[in-house]
Amino acid sequence: MKTKFTALALATTALVASNAAAQDVTITIESWRNDDLALWQDKIIPAFESENPGIKVIFSPSAPTEYNAVLNSKLDAGSAGDIITCRPFDASLALFEAGHLADLDDMDAMSNFSDVAKSAWQTDDGSATFCVPMASVIHGFIYNADAFAELGIDVPTTEAEFFAALDVIKEDGSYIPMAMGTNDQWEAATMGYNNIGPNYWKGEEGRRALIAGEQKLTDEAWVAPYATLARWGAYLGDGYEAQTYPDSQNLFTLGRAAIYPAGSWEISGFNAQADFAMGAFKPPVMNAGDTCYISDHTDIGIGMNAATANADAAKTFLAWVGSPEFASIFGNALPGFFPLSNTPVELEDPLAKEFVSWRGECESTIRSTYQILSRGTPNLENETWGASVAAIKGTSSPAELGQELQTGLASWYAPQQ
Amino acid sequence: MSTSRIRWHIVVFLAPAVLVYTAVMIFPLFNTLRLALYSEVDQTRIYVGLQNFRTLFFDPIWSEQFWNALGNNFWFFLIHMLVQNPIGIALAAILSHPRLRFAALYRSAIFIPTILSFVIVGFAWKLILSPIWGIAPSMLDFVGLKSLFAPWLGKEEYALTTLALVSVWQFVGIPMMLIYAALLSIPEEILEAGEIDGITGASAFWKIKLPLILPSIGIISILTFVGNFNAFDLIYAAQGALAGPDFSTDILGTFMYRTFFGFQLQLGDPHMGSAIAGAMFAIILVGVCIYLFGIQTRMRRYQL
Repeated sequence: MKTKFTALALATTALVASNAAAQDVTITIESWRNDDLALWQDKIIPAFESENPGIKVIFSPSAPTEYNAVLNSKLDAGSAGDIITCRPFDASLALFEAGHLADLDDMDAMSNFSDVAKSAWQTDDGSATFCVPMASVIHGFIYNADAFAELGIDVPTTEAEFFAALDVIKEDGSYIPMAMGTNDQWEAATMGYNNIGPNYWKGEEGRRALIAGEQKLTDEAWVAPYATLARWGAYLGDGYEAQTYPDSQNLFTLGRAAIYPAGSWEISGFNAQADFAMGAFKPPVMNAGDTCYISDHTDIGIGMNAATANADAAKTFLAWVGSPEFASIFGNALPGFFPLSNTPVELEDPLAKEFVSWRGECESTIRSTYQILSRGTPNLENETWGASVAAIKGTSSPAELGQELQTGLASWYAPQQ
Repeated sequence: MSTSRIRWHIVVFLAPAVLVYTAVMIFPLFNTLRLALYSEVDQTRIYVGLQNFRTLFFDPIWSEQFWNALGNNFWFFLIHMLVQNPIGIALAAILSHPRLRFAALYRSAIFIPTILSFVIVGFAWKLILSPIWGIAPSMLDFVGLKSLFAPWLGKEEYALTTLALVSVWQFVGIPMMLIYAALLSIPEEILEAGEIDGITGASAFWKIKLPLILPSIGIISILTFVGNFNAFDLIYAAQGALAGPDFSTDILGTFMYRTFFGFQLQLGDPHMGSAIAGAMFAIILVGVCIYLFGIQTRMRRYQL
């Protein structure tokens, strides 16, 4: 009797399921953002499904460190989901070249994005774009507004003002002027060199010239940021050489440091930790009134599995990801990860708003080492970490560092030879 | 008749160990060495002979990193030989003193770090030595020596030595235990005979005990050598795969890991990684052979 009932129940379930399948198309998203699972399930997917009846979406993330390997084997085995979340640059380019990602150039939604936004998911010549840009992170400086008010410091806009402010904080002595360490190395390059650098090499102009081989890492524009970083050393905390990334975050959120060279991804963490007012300022320019450049680094994109059986539904979804509605949901749920679409998004978080407002005032660029230039050995990105640390500590001169990086890059990159 | 029979029970009893060992040790070892002879060009694997080793030893970019890692590795080993093993022997000598109280407590306390995970040791010492939250600066301050404190893990000139000493702290229990066991196995009669001849106290240690524990010291040295040249965990846990600052703590293990698996934007290169692993294997093999044929065979042994 019991078996019969179970069989009946099973049959009914199967019937219902197949009924649903006949009406609905289900698309699955591969992603490494397992932190965002709740956000997708509670906000993004319901919003999409209510607008597009007939398409069901499943968000199926894996661990960030395993994502690339898991995705590759799933794609090779033909069991990957319809929608693929794209890492920037070479990892996704390799998937496109292997025929796993579909070319999305003919999608209307693509016109919502700037060339810089798309550059992370394009072939080197820009002839094909294979992922819809989703979010970027912006670099700048977050400051302790209470400390600034207490010491009577105005938010610096030029480099002279920036160092003058640091001097005031240092002289007063109650705050560490700037919270950054060199132990983990990457902060020096990411929040140091690539934060202030675009103002020197004029953003995209310099970055593209470097890729084309028209500029060299020994040029003034690429060496000067190291000279500026060398001046930072005096304003970092005692023993900054052994200070780690979490140390720096804690120093700042505990209110012991006044300025934090930042990436916008810190915003939600800092909002939760710090109990003082915070503000943000963009990398200072040389002279008042100069064009400013910011690092608006493309970090997440989303593309389509070329072998998907539900191409139409997947494209509908991608077009929706490219729409302002998605941008607004995503940008507000994850302050600090900024939607890349051209239509401005109304953000609620004041810090995030400050960061994103720079897009209107400044020219955007991405981190100089990410596209093409870190394909060979020695790896330019990793070398830049070491060089930025050496600059801050003063163990090598800026000119030596430029020469060293140039020699390394020229050893494998033909346009620089 | 019975002698020509195959003794199946031997095969049966050996099989599990041989199979498991072959599957997890011997096959991967030879496959790694084989992998070092290939390279990947345009997504296909091609045979390149010894090209990877030529790159590793003679290409300026690779060889600079390799020699740096090898040099650091020798320094790491030297610190262990000069600090860990003498301290281990001294501790064992003190512990084996019959009138020492609480010997068991000291023995356990010194041995406990050995069973801790590298990650815990690396993290704990990073916190202890942290210039911001660490207790090292405040303890030095307490005795008025604050000026001696430096952010040791962040300075090129100190970082490797600091990590080597952390590793010594962790593993000093091993030589201590081995020597302690060797010292306990020295028969009382020999020491008494020495005493009658007027050899007591420190000279009994130098003239009687030390020669008798020399074989154990030899074993400890070779274990230290193999352990140090395979080391990776502590450096990775404390300084990350780039073995900062400025590669000053880069040893062969971290160099191999970075090359094989890639790091950040650097994509992994299993073929060059295997070449480095091959070089590590060769270095350890040569070191062990020198010990086995050059030193151990000449060591004088005493029948106790």
